[in-house]
Amino acid sequence: MKAVTATMNTKERSRTGRFWTTFIRNKYLYLMSLPFVLWVFVFSYYPLWGWLMAFQKFKPNGQSVFHQKWVGFDQFKTLFHDEVFYQVLRNTLAMSIMGLISGFVVAIMFALLLNEIRQMFFKRFVQTISYLPHFVSWAVATSIITRMLSSDNGVVNDILMGLGFIHEPIQFMGKGNLFWGIVTVSDLWKETGWSAIIYLAAIAGIGPELYEAAKVDGAGRIKQIWHITLPGIRSTIMILLILSIGHLINNGFEKQFLLGNNLVRDYSQVLDLYSLQYGLQMSRYSFGTAVNIFSSVVSLLLLFTANGLFKRITKESVI
Amino acid sequence: MTTIRLRRKTPVSDRVFDIAIAIVMILVTVATLYPFLNVLALSFNDSTDSVRGGITIFPREFTLKNYQIIFSFSGLVTGFKISVLRTVVGTILGLISASMLAFTLARPDFQGRRFVSVYLAITMYVSAGIIPTYLLIKDLHMMGTFAVYVLPGLVSAFNVFVIRSFIDGIPFALQESAKIDGANDFKIFWRIILPMTTPALATIALFLAVGQWNSWFDTYLYNATSDHLTTLQYELMKVLQSTTTGNNGDYRSTNMTQAMATISPESVKMAITIVVTVPILLVYPFLQRYFVKGMTLGAVKG
Repeated sequence: MKAVTATMNTKERSRTGRFWTTFIRNKYLYLMSLPFVLWVFVFSYYPLWGWLMAFQKFKPNGQSVFHQKWVGFDQFKTLFHDEVFYQVLRNTLAMSIMGLISGFVVAIMFALLLNEIRQMFFKRFVQTISYLPHFVSWAVATSIITRMLSSDNGVVNDILMGLGFIHEPIQFMGKGNLFWGIVTVSDLWKETGWSAIIYLAAIAGIGPELYEAAKVDGAGRIKQIWHITLPGIRSTIMILLILSIGHLINNGFEKQFLLGNNLVRDYSQVLDLYSLQYGLQMSRYSFGTAVNIFSSVVSLLLLFTANGLFKRITKESVI
Repeated sequence: MTTIRLRRKTPVSDRVFDIAIAIVMILVTVATLYPFLNVLALSFNDSTDSVRGGITIFPREFTLKNYQIIFSFSGLVTGFKISVLRTVVGTILGLISASMLAFTLARPDFQGRRFVSVYLAITMYVSAGIIPTYLLIKDLHMMGTFAVYVLPGLVSAFNVFVIRSFIDGIPFALQESAKIDGANDFKIFWRIILPMTTPALATIALFLAVGQWNSWFDTYLYNATSDHLTTLQYELMKVLQSTTTGNNGDYRSTNMTQAMATISPESVKMAITIVVTVPILLVYPFLQRYFVKGMTLGAVKG
């Protein structure tokens, strides 16, 4: 018995001893990672503590979270009874879903077509141009888009009038029912070329022997795209789809913030802007935090659901 | 008989297909490029003449007046300086943090690697949200400081994973032999790993620099009242907001408002848009080859 404890002790000691020896041996590795790990804690993990505020009636009176009044789920009750919340939720989901579907379809089609170009120079040229809008900010994009859609001398109105579709310019930026479409198309203009890169890389990985075999069997180019290229990038499409489903509900607010204005507010307000407006401009911190928690939790749920579905279909996991 | 028909038919349908693709691609290129060229032309065109309309991609009455006027705004000059500064500082700090973390995570003998990987990956999916982050920045007394531009987002999990997957491709024996020669881990990182990681670092540097140059929301949220810390994007955003229909412009700079009265707000907007875009256009051709690589690198781990 004694002997057993003794050996266990030495084992234990040698295990902790080994830990400290490696620790000292790897001291530079720790020096290079620990400061940043702490940094991430302060700026990414510590603010999660602030989630407690959502269960309080937080007043910015200098008191800490522990000295505020606890109200349970009251903030969430107010949130779920607010009519504006449902409007905002509708806007968020509508723009996300429109962006998701059109973004995927157009980027994939663009990549497929680009891949069919046989003159290398032309292909390179088109691709280089297509990335360009991705690198400008939404502020610049907004400035350009509002100019193009402007009712005085905007090119879109000029073309529509020139073709005889309309007789007087449309006030694009002032029409609520056009806002979702404008955001979706702007996103396509800005991001299609960039999103296509990843599909092109996936297409490049498909073995040429598959195409040779298809050609021998008499498949034309459209048939080759349908039966070889598309199935070849299926897993890439699935992975990206799942990751973007996780972001359906917090899909950014920059474009809505910048492209929107008071005339289209009923259609442009998204969850993040809603929390910003209530939380900061009206100093209802607890309420704003409740909105933030709602979107974080829903996006995690969406991510796991999408991943679960993917797992069931393909027996693989993305995350 | 059939083979002959096939051989004749395929090239024709192929050519039709090629032409169709070429037409679509030319349309795409025009749709992407025309807005930029139109804005560029308008920014160099006399503002009273622009109101008449009909400017496409060449200015009709060439002038530099729009640019002279916008560069007389103090906000724009300060904004330019701060934007350049935050881009330089933010990129350097971001590169240091991402490469160091990536180096430690790629070391099989580093005990913390599994934990740190998961710990970083979580931050990609869970975020506290705008309000708690805002209150944290306020509690740390970082409102109205330059630090708020570069410090909160210092560590980006995505960037760490991109560089890490690149370092994983470098044979570990190289590090081991350096160790036998008496180099410590920091020296290995600095002398061996960093020089061999330059393609990945260049990609990440590009992402960081573009991100820094393009952000305006942190200025809006934390430094809106600190005129000496304004950024170029924020100045553009303010001009946009002040001229959009239905918004009450909160544009405080009086010399800007006066100038907007002498030349049209539209011309001011166009000129500022070009000033904000040009630095990106200048580096774009040089870095073009890197970001394709970075995008596909990130896809492996992302």
